[in-house]
Amino acid sequence: MTTVFICIAATSLSGCSVLRRGFLAPAGPIAHAERHEFFFVGAVMLVVIGPVILLAPLIAWHYRLANTKSAFRPQWGFSWILEGLIWVPPTLIVIFLAVFLVQRTEQLDPYRPIPSKLPPLQVDVVSLDWKWLFIYPTLHIASVNQLIVPADRPIQMHLTSGTVMQSLLMPRLAGQIYAMAGMETQLHILISKPGNYWGENAQYDGDGFVHQKFQVMGITPQDFDRWVAHTQQTPKTLDSEAYTSLSRQSILPQPITFGNVEPGIFSKIVHQMIPLGYAAQHEKAKSNGG
Amino acid sequence: MTFWHILLGRLTWTSIAFVRTWRDPTISGIIGGGAAAVAVGGAVVVLALLTYLRAWRYLWTEWMTSLDHKKIGIMYMVVAGVMLTRALIEAVVMRTQQAIAINNQGIVAPAHFAELFTTHGTIMIFFVGMPLLIGLMNYVMPLQIGARDVAFPYMNSISLWLTIGGGIMLMASLVIGKFSTGGWSGYPPYTELAFNGGVGPDYWIWSVSLSSLGALMTGINFAVTVYKLRAPGMTWMRLPLFTWTTLCTSILMIFAVPPLTIATLLLAADRYLGMHFFTNDLGGNMMNFVNLFWLFGHPEVYILILPPFGVYSEVVSAYSSKELYGYTSLVIATMAIAILSFTVWLHHFFTMGQSAPINAFFGIATMLIGIPTGVKIYDWIWTMFWGEVRLNTAMLFSIGFMVTFVIGGMSGIILATPPVDYMVHNTLFLIAHFHNMLIPGMLFGVIAGYYYWFPKAFGFRLSETWGRRAFYCWFFGFYLAFMPLYVMGLGGVARRSQELFDPALRPWTLIAEFGALLLLTGLACIFIQLYVSIRERHSTRVPVGDPWDARGLEWSMSAPPPEYNFATIPQVSRRDAFYWRKKYDGAYQPADHYRDIELPKNSMCGILVGMGLTACFFGFVWHIWWLAFLGFAIALGTAITRSFMRDVKRIIPAEEVAAHDRRWLDRAAAARPISRHLELTPENEGLAKWQG
Repeated sequence: MTTVFICIAATSLSGCSVLRRGFLAPAGPIAHAERHEFFFVGAVMLVVIGPVILLAPLIAWHYRLANTKSAFRPQWGFSWILEGLIWVPPTLIVIFLAVFLVQRTEQLDPYRPIPSKLPPLQVDVVSLDWKWLFIYPTLHIASVNQLIVPADRPIQMHLTSGTVMQSLLMPRLAGQIYAMAGMETQLHILISKPGNYWGENAQYDGDGFVHQKFQVMGITPQDFDRWVAHTQQTPKTLDSEAYTSLSRQSILPQPITFGNVEPGIFSKIVHQMIPLGYAAQHEKAKSNGG
Repeated sequence: MTFWHILLGRLTWTSIAFVRTWRDPTISGIIGGGAAAVAVGGAVVVLALLTYLRAWRYLWTEWMTSLDHKKIGIMYMVVAGVMLTRALIEAVVMRTQQAIAINNQGIVAPAHFAELFTTHGTIMIFFVGMPLLIGLMNYVMPLQIGARDVAFPYMNSISLWLTIGGGIMLMASLVIGKFSTGGWSGYPPYTELAFNGGVGPDYWIWSVSLSSLGALMTGINFAVTVYKLRAPGMTWMRLPLFTWTTLCTSILMIFAVPPLTIATLLLAADRYLGMHFFTNDLGGNMMNFVNLFWLFGHPEVYILILPPFGVYSEVVSAYSSKELYGYTSLVIATMAIAILSFTVWLHHFFTMGQSAPINAFFGIATMLIGIPTGVKIYDWIWTMFWGEVRLNTAMLFSIGFMVTFVIGGMSGIILATPPVDYMVHNTLFLIAHFHNMLIPGMLFGVIAGYYYWFPKAFGFRLSETWGRRAFYCWFFGFYLAFMPLYVMGLGGVARRSQELFDPALRPWTLIAEFGALLLLTGLACIFIQLYVSIRERHSTRVPVGDPWDARGLEWSMSAPPPEYNFATIPQVSRRDAFYWRKKYDGAYQPADHYRDIELPKNSMCGILVGMGLTACFFGFVWHIWWLAFLGFAIALGTAITRSFMRDVKRIIPAEEVAAHDRRWLDRAAAARPISRHLELTPENEGLAKWQG
């Protein structure tokens, strides 16, 4: 009741536009399937909880003390039929949901490549304080806080962290997987239609946390090739030195691009072979004590 | 090493909140300084008032050194009430921040906001949820099983003072230093030295350690009490449901709390001894912490939810004047939940990159818990069926719980589905879900139990008017505060955001803010209810002790009960023992023979051990090693000395017991039995008219 009321009230104010920010307005097959799963489980559960929401107040009201017409059997406390009704159907529903759960978990495993005619584009993702570094190893370019990819082509992401654990979420596309230092995780996404989307870190990691958002742009293959060619002209190179300076704690006012990338740098980052910029910062903070 | 450094460790001028506010008079700084002023001011006012009323001796002899489970239970509840007030105000500050800070900084700085969500979570779980329930269990469980006290009264006192010590550390962190910013789960490597060199994570580690040590001892204490101290004839399947849930919770505390203690101590080893259990480098792996933490954290959820389930079982049955429906089902369901709770911890991190079959396994295990939980809710509904339901405060909270809790159950099953969890994990959807479980599940249950057992503990009833007002605030406040969070979570808004960037969120944050204020009003109603009830106590007294025509042994003595609980240990011949005694006129009969009763003497050892360890841990936080050593020496010395004391019991002579019992029986004989229609009137002296 209240929920409905809230929704109506808020709709009249600004529309339920907030839902268009997330996976209920999917922009790719993964988010689409996850939305379907959400509505499916939600609908099944509504059937399960509906009777409770109706029965609890109704029975309490009908059998209220003031109602002298209702029956009173104080020593009644068991019925095999009711026992069967409260144990068996819920068990069947859980079995039913479990079958779907196994299937969908397998299908929507973030590690599972998305079937497509095109080969996946490789993107290596490094989470830093407080920004996201995207390396395109096959194209030898990199960008920070901006993920530009061709639409309709699967993207295979390998993630690690150059700092504390973070969680990559692109609400209208796919999510969420942790990025952890010294380890590698994977995520597959596909953008169905060209457009602008957004991504964020969902795991708190300090003062700049809320600013750790980035733009996800799905563009046509032609535009993508043009963008790659343009970016490759950028004079900056992502090498160990640049990474060290990038890994300092900072909030970037706007995205950065690198026209060249030191080969194998992602593997070096995963194996923590590059000194980190924040170390010096933290040494200083530690000596300040509080 | 200067003298000052040895004396004060890391403590400096700038550690004091007021000095920080003086140097940084921003709104955020002033809020922090104000909170510190309230903490200090509150302490000063309480101390001054105690001195003015000359209440110190009374407080010391009657309360602080008492080993009586009833008084310890009440003290737990008082501590929880203070902490609840702080943590709820923090919640309001956070909601206010989110309502204001859309594309602007708002009122609190990022680090301050992080402290707020960390202390809010830590307090609500460890210093509100746990103490409220431990307090309730402490008071009620021994009375329900016909025992004179818990199995280890002295250990009970240590548990209490360890919990209070943890609470003191949290309050101290308002004034001296800063608390952690790593959330209530304190995940490394964020909480490691490399990223957080300050005292914050240390405060978190040591205050949680104090609480977890106390909880472990409480678990052992209650489990042994239920195993060994049941009255003759109180067989397993005759235990009241609340005692069953107490037992299950105790077992959970014994098995689930140690992983937390280990995890925090290993983190401390990283921070203090330069080890690398959870660091990024040198072979550390934070995933071990996450596993250990949730190996505790998930059963913890059921530690918090099972005792309220017990309360609902008692309350619904008593206020429906009916036998509990499906007792056996409820016992099986409780045990099933307790066992299953150890098989689901991984659902807190479906997103950590393990394989699909593992996620599916834990998803299914999580959904399985829905079955016994659903059974319980239906059992309460069928208990009302064919009953005579009195829709008073406790029942309103119970029905409000059933209706609201299932919505949380629905979002729980949604979250248990790994593909959906990938999308809503770490968002406000998750926050809405667990508040949807804990506020109706835990807090409503505690309030219902408080209303139900209060007359037993204090001898007079609580105000119904203010109870209803509290219910409306809590019930509607909950929906207003948390339904918007579900919506925002579906929109991908991350939890713990101190600033938002989309104006479309504004209406939702404003509704949530209004809801939070309503919840705070609800808490105010609870306090006003207490004040009004004390003022009106002369017209609500129930000295005979059975104001609700209830069924368990705890209603079979005067209200408040004598310190030894039972003049003679009752014989139990069937479930709902007191109900059947009332039916066969055995309820208000003198015993054939009264015996001397042995009770534990008051002891200051509990407070010394508890405060000694608190001083020790406080020393650890600030690297004040002499204080750490001294505190530990006091705690250990007290424990050893106490173990050599032989004269720890006192005797209450049989004549005194008999005289007290006779006075109560005379009172009962003089009272007029009342029907349920007059329950909330001054006519109710605690003697029920048999209604078949």
